[in-house]
Amino acid sequence: MDWAYFLQQLINGLTLGAIYGLIAIGYTMVYGIIGMINFAHGEIYMLGAFHSLITFLICQAAGISGILPLTLLLMLFVSMVLTSIYGWGVERVAYRPLRGSFRLAALISAIGMSIFLQNFVQISQGARVKPMQPLVEGGITLMDNGKFDVQLSYMQIVIIVLTLVLMVVFSLLIAKTSLGRAQRACEQDRTMAGLLGVNVDRTISTTFVMGAALASVAGMMVTLYYGVIDFYIGFLAGVKAFTAAVLGGIGSLPGAMLGGLLIGLIEAFWSGYLTIEYKDVATFGILVLVLIFRPWGLLGKPEVEKV
Amino acid sequence: MTDNKLLEVEHLTMRFGGLVAIDDLSFMANKREITAIIGPNGAGKTTVFNCLTGFYVPTEGRLTLHADDGPRLLERTEGFRIPRNKGVARTFQNIRLFTGMTVLENLIVAQHNRLMEASAFSLAGLFNLGRYAKAESEAIETAKFWLNKVGLYEQADWHAGNLPYGSQRRLEIARAMCTDPSLLCLDEPAAGLNPRESAELNVLLQSIRDDQGVGCLLIEHDMSVVMQISDHVIVLDYGKKIADGDPDAVKNDPAVIRAYLGEEEDDELPPEVAADLHLDPNAH
Amino acid sequence: MASAFASSRTNGPEVVKELAFFAVIALMMSVMILGVETVDRPTGLELAVRWDLVLLAIGSTVVGRLGLIFRRENISRLGQAILITVSAVAVFEMFVRFRDMDDRWASPVFLDMAFSSVVSVIVSIAFLAIIFAAAYFSMKDKTAVEVDESAKLSSKIQLMYRSNTKKIGLIGIIFFIIFPFIFGEDRSAIDLATLVMIYIMLGWGLNIVVGLAGLLDLGYVAFYAVGAYSYALLSQNFDLSFWLCLPLAGIFAASFGIVLGFPVLRLRGDYLAIVTLGFGEIIRVVLINWYDLTGGPDGISSIERPSFFGMAEFSRRVPEGSIGFGELFGMDYSSMHRLIFLYYLILALALVTNFVTMRLRKLPIGRAWEALREDEIACRSLGINPTNTKLSAFAIGAMFGGFAGAFFATRQGFISPESFTFLESAVILAIVVLGGMGSQIGVVLAAIVMIGFPEMFRELAEYRMLIFGAGIVAIMLWRPRGLLSFRDPTILLNMSQKEKVAGEMK
Repeated sequence: MDWAYFLQQLINGLTLGAIYGLIAIGYTMVYGIIGMINFAHGEIYMLGAFHSLITFLICQAAGISGILPLTLLLMLFVSMVLTSIYGWGVERVAYRPLRGSFRLAALISAIGMSIFLQNFVQISQGARVKPMQPLVEGGITLMDNGKFDVQLSYMQIVIIVLTLVLMVVFSLLIAKTSLGRAQRACEQDRTMAGLLGVNVDRTISTTFVMGAALASVAGMMVTLYYGVIDFYIGFLAGVKAFTAAVLGGIGSLPGAMLGGLLIGLIEAFWSGYLTIEYKDVATFGILVLVLIFRPWGLLGKPEVEKV
Repeated sequence: MTDNKLLEVEHLTMRFGGLVAIDDLSFMANKREITAIIGPNGAGKTTVFNCLTGFYVPTEGRLTLHADDGPRLLERTEGFRIPRNKGVARTFQNIRLFTGMTVLENLIVAQHNRLMEASAFSLAGLFNLGRYAKAESEAIETAKFWLNKVGLYEQADWHAGNLPYGSQRRLEIARAMCTDPSLLCLDEPAAGLNPRESAELNVLLQSIRDDQGVGCLLIEHDMSVVMQISDHVIVLDYGKKIADGDPDAVKNDPAVIRAYLGEEEDDELPPEVAADLHLDPNAH
Repeated sequence: MASAFASSRTNGPEVVKELAFFAVIALMMSVMILGVETVDRPTGLELAVRWDLVLLAIGSTVVGRLGLIFRRENISRLGQAILITVSAVAVFEMFVRFRDMDDRWASPVFLDMAFSSVVSVIVSIAFLAIIFAAAYFSMKDKTAVEVDESAKLSSKIQLMYRSNTKKIGLIGIIFFIIFPFIFGEDRSAIDLATLVMIYIMLGWGLNIVVGLAGLLDLGYVAFYAVGAYSYALLSQNFDLSFWLCLPLAGIFAASFGIVLGFPVLRLRGDYLAIVTLGFGEIIRVVLINWYDLTGGPDGISSIERPSFFGMAEFSRRVPEGSIGFGELFGMDYSSMHRLIFLYYLILALALVTNFVTMRLRKLPIGRAWEALREDEIACRSLGINPTNTKLSAFAIGAMFGGFAGAFFATRQGFISPESFTFLESAVILAIVVLGGMGSQIGVVLAAIVMIGFPEMFRELAEYRMLIFGAGIVAIMLWRPRGLLSFRDPTILLNMSQKEKVAGEMK
């Protein structure tokens, strides 16, 4: 067994998994609070990637791209703010009026929204792949066994650290603040929370905004990590992140992160050791298996059927 | 009496995680009798029904239905097979009608299995062969019979969801009867009915027992219904049977009275609760 | 202005605040995605700024919002219509300018240019008038009498439609049958009609699954693909004729449906949707990567065309031992013969789908599907096996998808995984949903709207999916259950269909 190769796949998998995990949180929170799959969430992530790319280009044009930390912070901040507004808008336009209507209506509306956003970006920014030069270069060579270097790039460190920080901030937000309390109350019983004075509409909006902010960070990371984006990246990433959310147990925040990491690892090892062509099949296969055998996921609780 | 038994529940236990919903329950229900299961909220009555009708698989115990063709073990039968071939039919605490379909359609869906066979799993039906046409008109006759019985003939073409509440309850009973069961389980059929409707319900249930010869298992809070029509009453509390007998005996059973009215148990309150109660000026 | 709001809940400053809020939102949403374009240059990406688009976006948002406020406060219907029209024109202008950016082509309805010629002026005025009229008449005016009038009108139309569905269906069928006689020589018309008919058939097939059984299937295209590939492969590898392969393709697709459906059909609605989406994608990935069998992304080409029921061929050069279609009927060879034959073939297939669905609805299995859609737990308590019942809907839907796929393969003569993407599933689903779930005539209307119109306005091709996405959202908001979402009872005891409908209207 080639441990160097294994270690490299592990690092790559964790990086990828961190990105999936961040997107998955958006799915899991929205599902937790209004019980629907926010099908357009993948597109929000794609918009985050575009926002960060354009911010970078503006920084470049303004001549401040040399100051790397400032550029990165600007990208993060601008992308989070602008993408969050899309998250808010999507909820407001496509989901809120359908709350309380029959289940499939909201899902279908979400699919429509997803198609709309995808094509909106395609038309406004063009269908071609957008390249981006690497900003954070270099890395640490962890191991060198003569034929294979194990690289931990600085970019990977940034991704993993940033994800960890966001996760901690976020868990605190949910656990400690009144906003988090309102959110948990709405998850339990929306009507009752409303009667007790929780502003349900605002809480749901905030949930979408938070999910979108995290997805935009994931979008920015992907832009920096892979260096290419296009208007179509949202679909696949969305489905995979949803798989991650289901795998971890939909509705559970740590579950989403765990699911994301697992999906990232599975994908990395599958393409590292088996065939790269079928890596998406592996993800979908896992989704199907989880839903059949453990629909409540790894960290979720099984529902007892109410008769 | 033994050859008259319809349902035999032996040592039924149902646990959800750590919660024991039913604890070692045994009872018997006879043919051509109405057996009422009563008890305070959360006593596990509906759980018994869910075990009988296959929605839950009991943790332990044996449920035997003595149908005409011999005994059947309900706990080993898949849920959707239980109502078949003169099996167990049920109604629900919160009415579950097919609200978007008409009253008549509700009653015909209930005869699904017979019709499905007659239509040779749709192949014969597709070309409208005689065999299916005959089966369908029989099904309509059965439906008409029950429509008349529950007084909904005039409303046969209404959407079930548009019926008033009391009629929906009766329709649900008619629908269950259309499956031609040997045991009918009724989950709070009188809930939300006014006194007149409640009296009509009594007549209907008595007729199901006497004219159709179907045994009924009845969960009910309305004691006027329970005491008037049931032949046999079982009282549950916290998943255990605390009384079993004819209505009058049960009515006077001290254990039952205690379960319903409670006893002086201030001393048994956990200290922090007792403290709260004393701090609260509004506490009684 | 202030006086106009005097009697209402909202006062002037509040309105200004609301408008300012939406202006900021519109600014933030558009400032980068619309305001800055990334342009590919040899040296890398560069930026092009288009502030006009941002301004249009903000303008249309603010004006549109003001229109909605007018509507909410029930102020001047004329005012509402004007505002909505202005907002719509701004949005339109915005999208027209996208094209201008890339110099792709100049549009005749491009406003700046439109006013340069008399014809265009008329076109633009007509365009404005249509939007205006649509806005004006769709506005609800709360004066009681008019609401009554419009409700009466719509219920009259509904009554007419619902008590005459059979007649309307018959007229539709006759129209589609004589269609080639009207447009016989117009190649593109026949092509378009054939395409629409494929989607009608797919819509009817999916309607069994989604509309009747209530199972949201986002991977229906998988069965379409299975049908197409099974015909292509059987005909290429075993030299089987189309007429033999057609039923086989249906059987394959149905077995596929059963194999896929069995493990997943117990899942709840939206989980089922995602799993079917996953299956659809798996099949596509396999088609792309299993190069030896499927030809990978290159697909399969020169798939055999169907013969005239094995009796005659449609090609110009008839192979040895068989005769041409023209010869058989003593006509000259025409390339249109094959097209018209293909049109009738898909029409027949679609009508079979329709007939079977209509019939199944009145059979126990169909009623069980609908009952299952309404309440699965009640179904179980009545002795209906939910898994098998759902599986039968899934398999029958898949079978029709398979038939349509085989037809698609033989019509195109070429198939590749490109034709079977998720978007295709979404289009078919949108047809079913737009039409009104469970409504057969609705599917026809929706297929014409969704497939026919965009094909007719090919110039708008790049906006097609954009409008399509927005359209799905809009229809869901307007009528969450679709355009013609009435359920007609499968059996009536005391009244006629007309009485029943009339009773519901009251």
